[in-house]
Amino acid sequence: MSATQTTLRPATAATTPLSRMTALARAELTLLGRTRGALVAALFVPLVMPVSVRSAAEEMDLAGAGLSTGTLVLPAAVGFSLLFAVYSVLVGVFVVRREELVLKRLRTGELRDAEILAGSALPAVLTGLAQCLLLTAGCVALLDLSAPSAPHLVVLGLLLGLVMCSALAAATASFTRTGESAQATPMPLLLVSMMGSGMFVPLELLPDKVASVCELLPLTPVVTLVRGGWAGNLSGYEALGALATAMAWILIAVFAVRRWFRWEPRR
Amino acid sequence: METNGHEHVIEVTDLRRVYGGGFEAVRGISFSVRRGEIFALLGTNGAGKTSTVELLEGLAAPAGGRVRILGHDPYTERAAVRPRTGVMLQEGGFPSELTVAETARMWAGCVSGARPPSEVLALVGLETKARTRVKQLSGGQRRRLDLALALLGDPEVLFLDEPSTGLDAEGRRATWELVSALRDGGTTVLLTTHYLEEAENLADRLAIMHDGRIATTGTPAEVTAAEPSRISFELPDGYFVGDLPPLPELGVAGHETDGRIVRLRTRELQRTATELLVWAAQAGVELRRLDVRSASLEEAFLGIAKNVPADRATGMTTKEYAA
Repeated sequence: MSATQTTLRPATAATTPLSRMTALARAELTLLGRTRGALVAALFVPLVMPVSVRSAAEEMDLAGAGLSTGTLVLPAAVGFSLLFAVYSVLVGVFVVRREELVLKRLRTGELRDAEILAGSALPAVLTGLAQCLLLTAGCVALLDLSAPSAPHLVVLGLLLGLVMCSALAAATASFTRTGESAQATPMPLLLVSMMGSGMFVPLELLPDKVASVCELLPLTPVVTLVRGGWAGNLSGYEALGALATAMAWILIAVFAVRRWFRWEPRR
Repeated sequence: METNGHEHVIEVTDLRRVYGGGFEAVRGISFSVRRGEIFALLGTNGAGKTSTVELLEGLAAPAGGRVRILGHDPYTERAAVRPRTGVMLQEGGFPSELTVAETARMWAGCVSGARPPSEVLALVGLETKARTRVKQLSGGQRRRLDLALALLGDPEVLFLDEPSTGLDAEGRRATWELVSALRDGGTTVLLTTHYLEEAENLADRLAIMHDGRIATTGTPAEVTAAEPSRISFELPDGYFVGDLPPLPELGVAGHETDGRIVRLRTRELQRTATELLVWAAQAGVELRRLDVRSASLEEAFLGIAKNVPADRATGMTTKEYAA
C-alpha cells in the first residue's frame, strides 16, 4: 500500500442517471445469479403455476364469459411472474441491501434515492419481462391462443404491472425489518392477488359484489388489461378504470416509499 | 468563505442531531476545516462522532444548525457536493456475494471522473484480492476496500469514519501514510477515531467530542499543552515523600503516591526533572522505575472523558464526577 501520485489519467466524463443505474443494475444482476433461493423462486414458480391454473380451467364455464383456456392461463402466468420474479424477489433485494448497509453506502455517492431503487430493481424487472414474453410464446404455441385483439392494452397492462410490483416491493420493504421476515411479508399480497385478482378464477365468473371489490386489488387491473386486451371483451370505459386503479396503486406505493422507506437497519 | 487567505472547505455551525426516540446525539457543535487540512474528531464510543460525520456526508438533515461542504449544503444540494466528496463509512456497505473487482467496477460506474478501479485497489494493496468475494475478506481488507472506493473519484474532501479500526499495525501505518500523502496533494480530510495515536500522528487539528459536544479543540500540541506532564519513580529505601525537596519549589503542580511509587504532575517538565535528578545525585540515591513523560493527548482525552458531566439523555439524572 503506497501513495503514488498519478497525474496522467484519462478524463472520464461525469456520470449520468442512466450510467449510474446501469452500473448498479449490472452488479445486481450478478448478485441475482448468485442468490440460489431467489433464482429458483423467480424462474420456476411462474413456469410451473400456470399448469395448475390450466387444470382448474377445465371445471369452469369459460365460453359463457367469452374466455378460453388460453385467455385464462396467460394473464395468470403474467401475474405469477410479476408476483414471484419481480415483487417477492425485490422485497428481498431491498431488505438485504439495507441490512448489508449497501443502500446507506450508495446514498453517500452521486446516485439519487430514486436511482438506487430503480437500478437495484432493474434486473428483476427485466427477468420478469423476459419471463412474460416466454410465457406468452408458450401459451400461444400450446393453448391455441390467437393473436391479441388489442395488443396495446396487453403491453400497457404488463408495463403497469412491472412498475407497480417494483414500487409495491419497495413499499413492503419499508415495513420489513430483516432478510428473514422478507420471506413472510410478501405473502399477503401474493395470496390476495392469486385469490382475488382473477388469476385462478376470472372476475367474470365471480358474483358482482365480490367482483367489484376484487377490481380494486393492485394486480387486478394488470390481469384485466392483459386478459381483456387478448380476448377483446374490454370496453374503453373498463380499460380506463383498470388504468386508473393501477395508477392509484402505483401512487400509493410511491407515497409509502417516500414516507416510510428506511435506508438503514434500525439500531 | 475566505478567512486569513485559507478557504474553509468544511464549515459547521451550531450543529445538532436528534434521533427519532428524542436522543440528542449532537448538541450544538461548531468547527471549520481548511483546504488541505486533516481534521480529527476524537471521542469515546457514543460521543457523537459518527452522528456528526453522517450530517457532514449529507446522509441526514440536521435538527438544528448548519453544515457547508465546499460552500454547499450536503443534504439539500446533494448533486453539487457528492461528485467532490469521498466517503468511508464506519462499517460495511458492500454486497457480500460480489468480488472485490465487481464491487469496485460498480462503484466506479457511479463516480464522476473515476480512476481505473485496479489503480485504487493497488493503492491500498488489494490488487491480488480482485477476484475474492467480499464476504471472504478479513475485516482489515474490507476497511481497505472501503478506503479504495472512497478514493475512486479523487475527492477534494474525504470523510473517513474510523478508517483504521480492524487493521493490524502495519495496515494502520500504511493507511496513515496514504492519508498523509493525500493531504499533501491538497485533499481535505475529516476523520473520526478513538485511537489517540492516530489523531496525534495524522491530524493537523482535532476536536475531542464528549456527549455530543466538543470538549476541546486545537492542534494536537495546543490540546496537550493544556495538560500537565508527568514524572513517576519509586522512592528509594528509607525515604519518604517528605524527604524530597519541597515539591512546589520543583515546579510540581500536584502529586499522588501509590505504595512506594510517587507520581508528580508539572507544567515545567524540564525544571522539575532537572531538580529532582540533581537532588537524587546529591543524595546518592537511585530513582528506580523512573518515568518522565510529556503531556500527551491521552491525558487530555482521559481528563475530558472523566470530567465533563455525563448528562446523557435529557430527563435522566445528571451524574457528576469529581476530577
